[in-house]
Amino acid sequence: MANSGTPLVELRDISIAFGGIKAVDHVSIDLYAGEVVGLLGHNGAGKSTLIKCLSGAYKADSGQILINGKEVEIKNPRDARAQNIETIYQTLALADNLDAASNLFLGRELVSPLGFVDDSAMEAETRKILKRLNPNFRKFNVPVSALSGGQRQSVAIARAVYFNAKILIMDEPTAALGPQETNMVSELIQELKAQGLGIFLIEHDIHNVMKLCDRASVMKNGQLVGTVNVDEVTDEDILGMIILGKKPAKAA
Amino acid sequence: MTTTPTAPQHAPQVNDAHLNPLARFIRATELDTRMLGMVGALLMIWLGFHLYGVLVNGNGVFLTPRNLWNLSVQTAVTGIMATGMVLVIITRNIDLSVGSIVGFTGMVMGILQVNILPQYLGLGHPMIWVITAITGLIVGALIGAFHGWLIAYRAIPSFIVTLGGLLVWRGAAFLTADGKTISPVDPTFALLGGGPYGAIGSTGSWIVGILGCIAIIWILMRARVARRKHQFALRPMWAEATLAALTCGALIGAVLVVNAYPWPIGIVKTYAAANGLTADPATIFISHGFAIPVMILAAVAIAMTILMTRTRFGRYVFAIGGNPEAAALAGINTRWMTLKIFSLMGMLSGLAAVVASARLNSATNALGDLEELYVIASAVVGGTSLAGGVGTIYGAIIGTLVIQSLQTGMVLIGYGDGSYRKIVVGIALVLAVYLDILYRKKIK
Repeated sequence: MANSGTPLVELRDISIAFGGIKAVDHVSIDLYAGEVVGLLGHNGAGKSTLIKCLSGAYKADSGQILINGKEVEIKNPRDARAQNIETIYQTLALADNLDAASNLFLGRELVSPLGFVDDSAMEAETRKILKRLNPNFRKFNVPVSALSGGQRQSVAIARAVYFNAKILIMDEPTAALGPQETNMVSELIQELKAQGLGIFLIEHDIHNVMKLCDRASVMKNGQLVGTVNVDEVTDEDILGMIILGKKPAKAA
Repeated sequence: MTTTPTAPQHAPQVNDAHLNPLARFIRATELDTRMLGMVGALLMIWLGFHLYGVLVNGNGVFLTPRNLWNLSVQTAVTGIMATGMVLVIITRNIDLSVGSIVGFTGMVMGILQVNILPQYLGLGHPMIWVITAITGLIVGALIGAFHGWLIAYRAIPSFIVTLGGLLVWRGAAFLTADGKTISPVDPTFALLGGGPYGAIGSTGSWIVGILGCIAIIWILMRARVARRKHQFALRPMWAEATLAALTCGALIGAVLVVNAYPWPIGIVKTYAAANGLTADPATIFISHGFAIPVMILAAVAIAMTILMTRTRFGRYVFAIGGNPEAAALAGINTRWMTLKIFSLMGMLSGLAAVVASARLNSATNALGDLEELYVIASAVVGGTSLAGGVGTIYGAIIGTLVIQSLQTGMVLIGYGDGSYRKIVVGIALVLAVYLDILYRKKIK
C-alpha cells in the first residue's frame, strides 16, 4: 500500500508518565486515510495509553499530534470529537442505565428548537443506524445493561460510526464477541476502510491483525519496537516483536 | 429514556391475549409498575391509619380534608429538597448538609427581613419578601456550590464534605443571632408557609386543576404525535383515555379535597369583620384550596422533572450515575456537573428554608434539624438507588408522602411520641429498600 503525502494522523514523540512510570516513552506513529494500523503489544505495553492521548482521555506530557499535517491540541474528548476522531473503548464506555439512543447521542444529543432533548428523533436515528450494523437489534427501549455483549458492542460501534468519523480508534473491538459477531466487526472495518477512514486497531489476536491491518506498530514497555507492513512479514515476525521486542531485519 | 428498567416506552403491540387483564392494562398504558406499587403502598398506609382510627379509637381522622391538607403542607418542605437529593444520589453522591443549610439560610433570611430590610424599606414594604426569598435561594446555592467545588475539584468525598457542612452550617446558624429566635417574619413572607391566608382558595384551586388537566391531555397528545411521526408503536386509544382519566381524576380529586377543608371559625370571624360581611360567620364556608407551599412544591416538581427528562443536563446526570468514566469520555464535564448539582441542591434547601421559616413564622437555628435524614429517606423510599444511575422526581415526592404519612398517622392514632414515629419511619425505610431489591431481582 502506497503511503505517500500527508498522513491523516501523526503522533510525534509522545510521552506520558504516571507517578514516575513512563507509560508511553517517546513514541511516534502515523496513520493514512483508508488504512488500518494495528497496535500490538503485551498488556501494559502502553497501547491503550497512547491511543487515549489521541482520543482526549489523557493529555500527553510531551509530543505533538498532527491531523492532516496541522498540529492540533487535544485536551479532552470533546476536542477529539471536534477533529472527527471517534473511539470504541475496550470497556465500551456505555452508561448502563441509559438506552441505546441515549448512549449513542451522549454528549451530542439532538435537541428541539427550544433546547429540549428530542428522544423520538434520536431513537429513530438509532433504529436506522443499527438496522444497518446489526439487523437483529430490537431492544431500543431498555437500558443497555439488559443487552448482550454483542448488542452492547453494536451500540458502541454505532456511536463511533454515526457521527462521520474520519479517524476511528478501536480498542480490542472483538474481545467480548462470539465468532459471528467478530465477523460482523471485521466486515465493518473493511467497509469503513474502503470509505477512506483511517483506523487504529488495538488487537491481541494475531490472525485478526494479519487479516485486517495494513501496517502494525508494536510496543513494549512503553516504547515503540517498530512499525512493519503486514504483508511483508510473517506472524512469527510480529510475535517476535511483541515478545522479544526485536525488529525483523527485513521490516519496512 | 427509561430510568427504571420496567415498562418499555414503546411496547410492541404484539399478541397479549394470554396476559391477565391487569398485566394487559399495565402493558398497554406503559405505566411504571414500580410507581404503581408505591402509590398502592401509600393508599394502603392511608387506609390503614384511617381504619385503625375507626376501629380502635372510634373515629377515623386520617382520610379527612383537614388532615390531607395538612399532610400536603407538611410534605412541601421535605419534598422540595427530596427532588434535589434525587440528582445528588443518582450521581453516586450524598448531601448530609441540607438540614443545616435550611437552618443557616433561614436565619440569614430572618435577620434580613426583620432586622435589616425594614430599616431601609420601611416595615411591611412589598419588596421585603421578594428580596428575602431570593437572598435565601442565592445563599443556599452558593453554599451548595462551595460544597460541590470541594467534592468535584478537590476530590474530597461528598459524605465528608457534607458531614462537615452539617456541623459547620448548624453552628453558623446559631452564631448569626447568638441562638435567638427571630419572629415574627414579614407578613407577606409568612404566606409562603401556608395557613388559611397562605392558600389559593377555591377558585384558584379550580383554575390550577383545570389548567393541569389541559396540560396532561396536551402532553399525552403531543407524545402520540411524536410517535406517529417516527412510526413507533402507538398506545391503544383506550389506554390513552384511561391514562388521561386517571391522572386528571386524581388532580380534580385533590382540588375537591382541598376545597372541602374550610377556614376555621376564628379566622372566618376576623375575615368577616375586616370585610364587613354581615352574615353569621358560622354559616360562611371559605375553602382553603391548595396551600401556597404545595403550589411551590408542584412547581419545583414540574421544573425538576423537565430538567431531568427533557434537558441535556438531566441526561448527563443519569449518564454520570450510570458510568462516570463513560460520561467523561463522551465529553461531559463531570466535575462542573457535580458542582452544579450540589449548587442546585443548596438552592432547593434555601427554598425549603423559605417555606419552613414562613410556616413557623419565625427563624430559629434549629430549623431543619435532622431534615437531611428524612430527605434522603424520602428519595430512597421513592426508588432512588444509592448505587447511582436510577431515580425519578415523582418517586421522591411519593416517597416524601409515604414518610410524612407515617409520621402524621402515628400522631393521629395516638402514638404522637417522637420515639414511636422514629421507629416506624426507620422500619419503613429499610423495608422499602428491601422490597425494591426484591422487585428489581424479579424483573431482571
